[in-house]
Amino acid sequence: MEDLLDAESRKDLLRFTTAGSVDDGKSTLIGRLLYDSKNVYLDQLESVTKASEGRNAGIIDFSLLTDGLRAEREQGITIDVAYRYFTTPKRKFIIADTPGHEQFTRNMVTGASTAELAIVLIDARKGLLPQSRRHAFISSLLGIPNLVIAVNKMDLVDYSEIVFRQIQRDFERFLSQLTSVSSYFLPISALLGDNVVNRSERMPWFEGVSLFEYLESVPVGAQATNVPFRFPVQRVIRPDLDFRGYAGQIASGTIRQGERVAVLPSRRQTRVKSIVTFSGLLEFAQAPQSVTLTLDDEIDIARGDMIVPAGDEPERGSVLKSILVWLSEEALDLKKRYRLKHTSRLEWAHIDVLEHRININTLEPEAAHTLTTPPPSLAMNEIGVVILSVSRPLYCDPYTENRITGAFVLIDPFTNSTVAAGMIQSTVAAIPELARHPVTPAERIARNRHRGAIIFLGNRESVGSLLERRLFDHGCAVVRFTELRSTDVDAWKSTLVEAAWLVIVSGRGVPGTRAVQPDETRIVTADGSWIVDLAAHEFAENDEAAVQEVQNALQRYGVLLVEPEWVDTGGI
Amino acid sequence: MLTLNHLQLLEAESIHILREVASECQRPVLLYSIGKDSSVLVRLAQKAFYPGPIPFPFLHVDTSYKFREMIEFRDRFCESIGVRLVVHTNQKALDDGATPFTWGTQRCCGGLKTQALLDALRQGNYDAAIGGARRDEERSRAKERVFSFRDSRGQWNPRNQRPELWNVYNTRIESGENLRVFPLSNWTELDVWQYIHVENIPIVPMYFAKRRPMFVRGDQLISPEQPFIPHLPGEEPQLIKCRMRSLGCSPCTGAIRSDADTVPKIIEELFTIKKSERQNRVIDHDTDGSMELKKQEGYF
Repeated sequence: MEDLLDAESRKDLLRFTTAGSVDDGKSTLIGRLLYDSKNVYLDQLESVTKASEGRNAGIIDFSLLTDGLRAEREQGITIDVAYRYFTTPKRKFIIADTPGHEQFTRNMVTGASTAELAIVLIDARKGLLPQSRRHAFISSLLGIPNLVIAVNKMDLVDYSEIVFRQIQRDFERFLSQLTSVSSYFLPISALLGDNVVNRSERMPWFEGVSLFEYLESVPVGAQATNVPFRFPVQRVIRPDLDFRGYAGQIASGTIRQGERVAVLPSRRQTRVKSIVTFSGLLEFAQAPQSVTLTLDDEIDIARGDMIVPAGDEPERGSVLKSILVWLSEEALDLKKRYRLKHTSRLEWAHIDVLEHRININTLEPEAAHTLTTPPPSLAMNEIGVVILSVSRPLYCDPYTENRITGAFVLIDPFTNSTVAAGMIQSTVAAIPELARHPVTPAERIARNRHRGAIIFLGNRESVGSLLERRLFDHGCAVVRFTELRSTDVDAWKSTLVEAAWLVIVSGRGVPGTRAVQPDETRIVTADGSWIVDLAAHEFAENDEAAVQEVQNALQRYGVLLVEPEWVDTGGI
Repeated sequence: MLTLNHLQLLEAESIHILREVASECQRPVLLYSIGKDSSVLVRLAQKAFYPGPIPFPFLHVDTSYKFREMIEFRDRFCESIGVRLVVHTNQKALDDGATPFTWGTQRCCGGLKTQALLDALRQGNYDAAIGGARRDEERSRAKERVFSFRDSRGQWNPRNQRPELWNVYNTRIESGENLRVFPLSNWTELDVWQYIHVENIPIVPMYFAKRRPMFVRGDQLISPEQPFIPHLPGEEPQLIKCRMRSLGCSPCTGAIRSDADTVPKIIEELFTIKKSERQNRVIDHDTDGSMELKKQEGYF
C-alpha cells in the first residue's frame, strides 16, 4: 500500500482529445481504453450490457459506456464535449471526447483548447478523409503539440501493412503543411483490441508501441525553459494592512523569490518578496501553479494587471490580428460590440475587418470580399482571420507562443453567451512583414476606423458641408464633391472605397441603383463597395440634426466602426 | 524545474476556479454537504484565499435526515475554520410529513433537497453556488461545465451551457440567474481520497469502518437512526463492521461491509471494489437517467 501511495505522488496528468465520427469506432476505442484500464465499475458495465441487449445483442457495445445524455443514448450519437477519466499507476488521463462532424467544429475546438495530445481516428477502409484533415488542422490551430493518428478497423483490411503505410504517407504529406506538430501513426482494431492496450500479434510488421503505451509515456507538461514568465493577477489578497498579495495562476514560465519583475501596465519594476501558499513559502514556482506573490515595493496593482520578468515584456496593443472560431448560432456582426475576456481582463471589442475565412476542408483562405451575401461574416463553426480593436490595450503574446496570454473569448453582451474563441496572431502595430508588404484595404480601415463609402445626400448642400466638417474633426478621411457624374462614380467607386475614404456627394442618386426608401439606405454593390444613398431621405430642417441623422445611419450600417467613446460602466 | 504531480495540477486548476468565482460573482456561496468532496473543496478554498479568510459563506441544505455524526462534524469543523455557516431546511415539507417512505424518494428529494436548495439560494440572493460535484460521478455529469448556467428558475438546460475554453470562464449573468460552479470537475473519486490522505484533511468518521447497528436488506445495510425506517415487528438492527462510501440521508444511503478504517485502506479498497460510488444511494435507482432528470429540475 505504501508503494502504491508513493507511486501516486509521482503520477502526472495528460489531457487529450479524441475526434472522430460515429462510424470510425471512436466510442468503441474510448470504451475499450476505459474498460481495459480497469476503470469501468462493474455495475456501470452491468447496466450497459442490459441496454445493449436491445441492439446487437450479445456483443458488449463499448460505445454505450460513454454516451451520457438520454437523448443521445436513444439516438446513438454524441453531441457535445464529454470529459472521461481514467488512470494508470503512472498517469492520470482526462479525455475531451468530441464528435467529428464539421457541424461540431466548435466542440472540437473547445475540447482541444486544453489538450496536449489529439487522437485522430481513421477508418482503414476509407483512408484519409476531409474530416481527418480537419481534425488535424484544428488540433494544430489550437496548439496541441502531439498528434496520434490511429488507423482503425485494421481487422477489416486483413491487417494489411500496405494499406496502413499508404494512409501514413498521405497523411504525412498533409501534416507537413501544418505548424510543427509531432505525429505518431499506429494501426489498431478498437473492436478486437489490437494495439490498443496490448501489442497486436496479428501485425508483427508494426514495430511501434500500443496506443496505451504511447499515451502513458509521451512527455507532458514540458515547458521550454526559455518561455517567459507570465502572471495575470487574478485577485488582490489583503486581509490586513500588513499583507498585500497578488494571487493568480502562472500562465507560463517560472519565478523565483527575489527575482526582478515588471508590473504591467505601470511598467514599474520591483522584486518578488515572497511566493506565498497555504502550505508555506516557496522559493520557486512554475506554470501552471496557482500562487500568491508579494513584492518588495508598494505598487498599485489590480485584477487584470500582469507581472512579467523585468525586460521580457509581452506585446501591448489594442488592435489585434487574430484567428476567430465562431461558436454561436448567431453569426458574427461586424457592427456589434462584444465583450472580450483575456486572462482576468474584461473589455469591449469590435471586429473591424474580416480579412478572410479559412476553409477548413481545403485549408485555403476565402477572401471575405468575394462572398456574395453581404455583409461578410462568420457563421457558426467557421474560422476566420480578423482585425479587432479592444477598448483598452491588452498585454499578450502570440497564441503559438503562449496558449494563455494569446487566447481570448468573445461574449455577446445581450445574451451573455460565449460566441467566439480567439487566438492572437499579433498586435497590428507589431507585424514586421507588413513593413514591406503592400498596404491592404483592411489596414486602411483599421487605421481610419471606418470603411470606405460614397454618401449621396441629395440637394442639401449645407448638410454635406457640415457633415464633412464633423467627420473630418472626428478624424475620418473624408472629402466632398459637389457634383459627381454617374460615369465618374462607376469608374471610381471601387478605388475610392478601397482607399477607405468617405466621399460625400451632393446631388441625386446613381442611376442603376434601387430607389431608396427613407429607412433603407445602405446599398452594397456586387463588387463590395458601399454606397449610402440618402438622396430621397427627408432630412430634418436643422442642419445639425440632419448631420446627426447621417452619422447615425453610417454607424448603423457599419460604415463608422468606432463609437466616439468606449463606454463600459459595467466593467469589473 | 519541478515535476508537478497530478494532484498539484488539479489543485492549481481548482484554486484558479475558486478565485475566479470570488472575483467575478457578487454573492457566491459554497454548498457544503459535509462529505468528502465538500471537505476537499473547503481545503482548496482555504488555499485559494490564504492568508485571507474565505470570502463567502457556506450553505448546508439540511433535510433533517442526515446522520447525526455528520451534523456534529459540520458544526465543529465550521467553527474551527471560522466560516459563516447558513443552514436551511424546508420546514414546510417536514411539517407536511415528508419522508422517503411516505412520499417516495423522488418527491422527498424534490422537497427536502431541490426545493430547499432553490429557496435557500433565493433567500440569500446568491448568484453563484460552488459545489463539490465531479464529472466522473455519474454519466450525465460528463458534459457538465465547470461554470454551469442556471436560468431564473434554477433550471439546467443543456442547450444553454457555454463552451469553456482554456482557463477562461464566462461568468456573465443577468439578475435572477445564477451559476453553479464545480471546481472539482476534473477530479475522480480516487483523486479526492488521495488528496485527503496527502493533505490530512478532516472528514466525517462515518467514512471509516466501525461496528455499527444496521438493518440488513439483502445487499444493503440501512441505518436505524430515523424512527420511521420500516422494519419487521421485533426486528433488531445487527452490529456490522461497515462504513459509508458516500454520505446522504440515513434512510436512503446504504453502508457497505468493510474493514477499511484508515484512508490508505479506503484507497486500497477502491482499487478492488467494483461497484460505482453511487450504487448505494437508493435515490439514483428510481428511473434510468434519473440524475439527469433531477438536474433539469434544479437539483444540483
